Amino acid sequence: MENLNLILPEIFISLSIMFLLILGVFKNDSSKITFNLSLFAILITTIITFNETFSVTRETLFNESVVIDSMSSLMKIITLIGGFLVLVISSTYLKTYKIYNIEYPVLILSSILGMMVMISSNDLIVFYMGLELQSLALYVLATYNRDQLKSSEGGLKYFVLSALSSGLLLYGCSLVYGFSGSTNFDIISNQLNSNEYVLTFGIVFILVGLAFKISAVPFHMWAPDVYEGSPTTVTLFFTIVPKIAALTVFIRFLYVPFLNLIDQWQMIIIFLSIASMVFGAVAAIGQTNIKRLIAYSSIGHIGYTLAGLTTASNEGIQSSIIYISIYVVMNLALFSCLLMLRRKNQYYENIDDLSGLSKNHPLLSLCLLIILFSLAGIPPLAGFFAKFYIFKAVLEQSMYFLAIVGLLSTVVAAFYYLRIIKIMYFDKEKDKYDTDHSLWLKSSLIVSTILILLYFIFPSQLIEVVSRINII
Amino acid sequence: MNFPILSSLILLPIVGALFLFFTKDKEGNNLTAKYVALFTTVVNFLISIYLWISFDQSTSSFQFVEDRTWIEGVINYKVGVDGISILFIILTTFITPLCIISVNNSVKNRLRDFLIAILIMESFMIGVFCALDLVVFYLFFEAGLIPMFLIIGIWGGARRVYSAFKFFLYTLLGSVLMLVAIISIYWITGTTDVVQLYEIGIDVQYQNLLWLAFFSSFAVKTPMWPVHTWLPDAHVEAPTAGSVLLAAILLKMAGYGFIRFSLGLFPVASEVFTPLIYTLSVIAIIFTSLIALMQEDMKKLIAYSSVAHMGFVTLGIFTLQQQGIEGSIIQMISHGLVSAALFLTVGVVYDRMHSRLISTYGGLVSVIPKYSILFMLFALASLGLPGTSGFIGEFLILMGAFKDNFLVAVIASIGVILGAAYMLWLYKRVVFGKLLNEDLKKILDLNRSEYFILSCLAAPILFFGFYPDPLITTIEVSVTDLINMHNTNIASK
Repeated sequence: MENLNLILPEIFISLSIMFLLILGVFKNDSSKITFNLSLFAILITTIITFNETFSVTRETLFNESVVIDSMSSLMKIITLIGGFLVLVISSTYLKTYKIYNIEYPVLILSSILGMMVMISSNDLIVFYMGLELQSLALYVLATYNRDQLKSSEGGLKYFVLSALSSGLLLYGCSLVYGFSGSTNFDIISNQLNSNEYVLTFGIVFILVGLAFKISAVPFHMWAPDVYEGSPTTVTLFFTIVPKIAALTVFIRFLYVPFLNLIDQWQMIIIFLSIASMVFGAVAAIGQTNIKRLIAYSSIGHIGYTLAGLTTASNEGIQSSIIYISIYVVMNLALFSCLLMLRRKNQYYENIDDLSGLSKNHPLLSLCLLIILFSLAGIPPLAGFFAKFYIFKAVLEQSMYFLAIVGLLSTVVAAFYYLRIIKIMYFDKEKDKYDTDHSLWLKSSLIVSTILILLYFIFPSQLIEVVSRINII
Repeated sequence: MNFPILSSLILLPIVGALFLFFTKDKEGNNLTAKYVALFTTVVNFLISIYLWISFDQSTSSFQFVEDRTWIEGVINYKVGVDGISILFIILTTFITPLCIISVNNSVKNRLRDFLIAILIMESFMIGVFCALDLVVFYLFFEAGLIPMFLIIGIWGGARRVYSAFKFFLYTLLGSVLMLVAIISIYWITGTTDVVQLYEIGIDVQYQNLLWLAFFSSFAVKTPMWPVHTWLPDAHVEAPTAGSVLLAAILLKMAGYGFIRFSLGLFPVASEVFTPLIYTLSVIAIIFTSLIALMQEDMKKLIAYSSVAHMGFVTLGIFTLQQQGIEGSIIQMISHGLVSAALFLTVGVVYDRMHSRLISTYGGLVSVIPKYSILFMLFALASLGLPGTSGFIGEFLILMGAFKDNFLVAVIASIGVILGAAYMLWLYKRVVFGKLLNEDLKKILDLNRSEYFILSCLAAPILFFGFYPDPLITTIEVSVTDLINMHNTNIASK
């Protein structure tokens, strides 16, 4: 008998989804209660995940198609916390646009479920199933504000391109299956050897599909449109939660089934990383919409995360995970600020709307200042340490070119972050924004800003948690 | 003995800033905030004086060392001072309170925020000078960009945005290569602890590249020709207190870095690249002196003179002679005092007339005599008149240079003459001549606080001009040991 306790979180969250759907159907006016219950469900799932799986070093289930190890449990917890925070700060926004419906939390829960399956997958089929579950939920979420043209457009674009990339991914999977005779990662790892020419195609197809999911250049085209079109809270969800899952899968693919083929994929990942860092930095300069700018900035940040993966070392993987964790906090804080730009039931999302913010809202702009400097990677803020770990791992492998290009693109990136700061601090002020924000929104901003600001006092804790992850 | 005196020096301004942050910001002249900031910085100054008194001048090893694990197994938070760094710390703690007193007229709005920025800046600058770990050094070195960017950008003049961006991006661009070098050093030697690195040394094959990476950062910060162009912009647009901090202390970070890291860690490479430094320094001295001659803006003129003076400093450091390095350190301290004083003197008339153009002024001596006398003292100190601290520095540097390379020393000496030319011409045009501008007749002489600040700066300039012994004894042992270490490293390569 399998030890089902290990997948208790998944079981619990699927039961909650079904229950919430039934509740939504049978009870009128149930949006508020579904919201609260789903928050509760995520909270409990987090606790279960922590209790049941956090201490597990490595266990497999169902003919080794699902793996529970320290990486999967940590990434699941980050995903769940990310999902919880997104949900908890979105209610005011959704109410303002009159899309405060039961489907929203249910869709978020289902995509989280999909991601948890992805994170734990040790088999091509299980992985693909999880991927599709989360993608389908995300398509709907992208178009969630269906009365707005941009939202529908973004969602449609996302659907078409994502379906294409899923197709490529599936084709790659089938090629890999053809060569190894199995869908299980561990068996694939033993069966594959690098002499097979066509196998490279399989790997490339899979990597392209995955690169699309984390929006690495040159497969990033969907990101700015979708990020801009989606409701802001959904954009927040897009920028953090699916990235964690996709990164985990990326790590898993590269370092379990394809570990022996490192010569084949290392150059690809280095290219993706450099292209994302440079393009993300350069393209963000001309943006006027904050959400588009965040899209490009997140492309850049994904480039840094990928840089850690190119190293083929445990330190590199750990540094990527640290990077993505810090990135999640920074993005959460950034969006909390964005969600505070509300005036008379209207949210503002252009950079010009920040003009002179420091005069009217000194505290908000101070937080934003800290967040932006941290995103730019200026010490002593958390963002610097994230980059520091990445480049430490990269330089351990003597990849000087990657490190220098990466660091130079931080200078370019600093320019557009500074531009926002300039508009906030040096320009003329506009009208005041509303200040009656929900307690959750305020506290998520304050807490995440303080985390960013004071991370340098206790940098070791995060490393300690992450250093349990040894994939290779 | 185990009291963490250096950490308290670093932390105290931050505590003061936090305190200010939680007080209410009042419009207009916020006296309370100013007193709090002043109190914090004066206490910090007193602590640093205590540090100097209890500092043991007979040894070159680091004192007051604190060593704590920071990131398990990678970085230790390690700070300490030797004869070289202690002077810079005192310079920092001495200049900052004067800056805070001087904000009276130049900062009109958001005084509290300005003081917070200055205090945070102070703590980062002290951190730079006592960091004994490369990563810690880098942290403080870079972190200083944030408050300075805001000081220039929020409280600056008309072209402040352009200047703030230029300042930030230039320095950041220079510094990222240093970060690559620091991490590479970690992987080559297994540590970033400066004291250990001094002992084990760095393999010769890596030194040249690493030296260049550090150079790219320090050259921008110094600033050396041809990457000096951010400095005039930043100086001109920054508010007076910002210019003072920038000229007096920020520029010294790079000179300090050259001595501590470039010479200390990469002796072979320093030898290799000496001609490069000589060339750039000489160009800086001659070229920027000539540019300074043609300036119409007083602040810009002083900014270019800073570039020229820093050219002397880099020249002196890389003579690798006792006199040269000692001269550079004294020149940095002296330039810290003199350029601060000059920016403040410009600030005084700017606050009254709102013009920095030389042509606005003329004949000031007949309306504001006290001001003119102090201005003369600082102008003479800047051009290195015997009896002022500027002379000691330049003289020692040139002595070192003559020992090492005759031609360079001769060309640099021409720079001294040019320095006298632009400074005296500036003084002549501003202070002497006929009083043509009608508005100038109503100009007021120094008020009490301005008089106090400028006298505070004048006193050490004269004192160390006549009696530089306290400075020299403080640095002597450290410099001697640095050179000995350098020579043994060269001999053993």
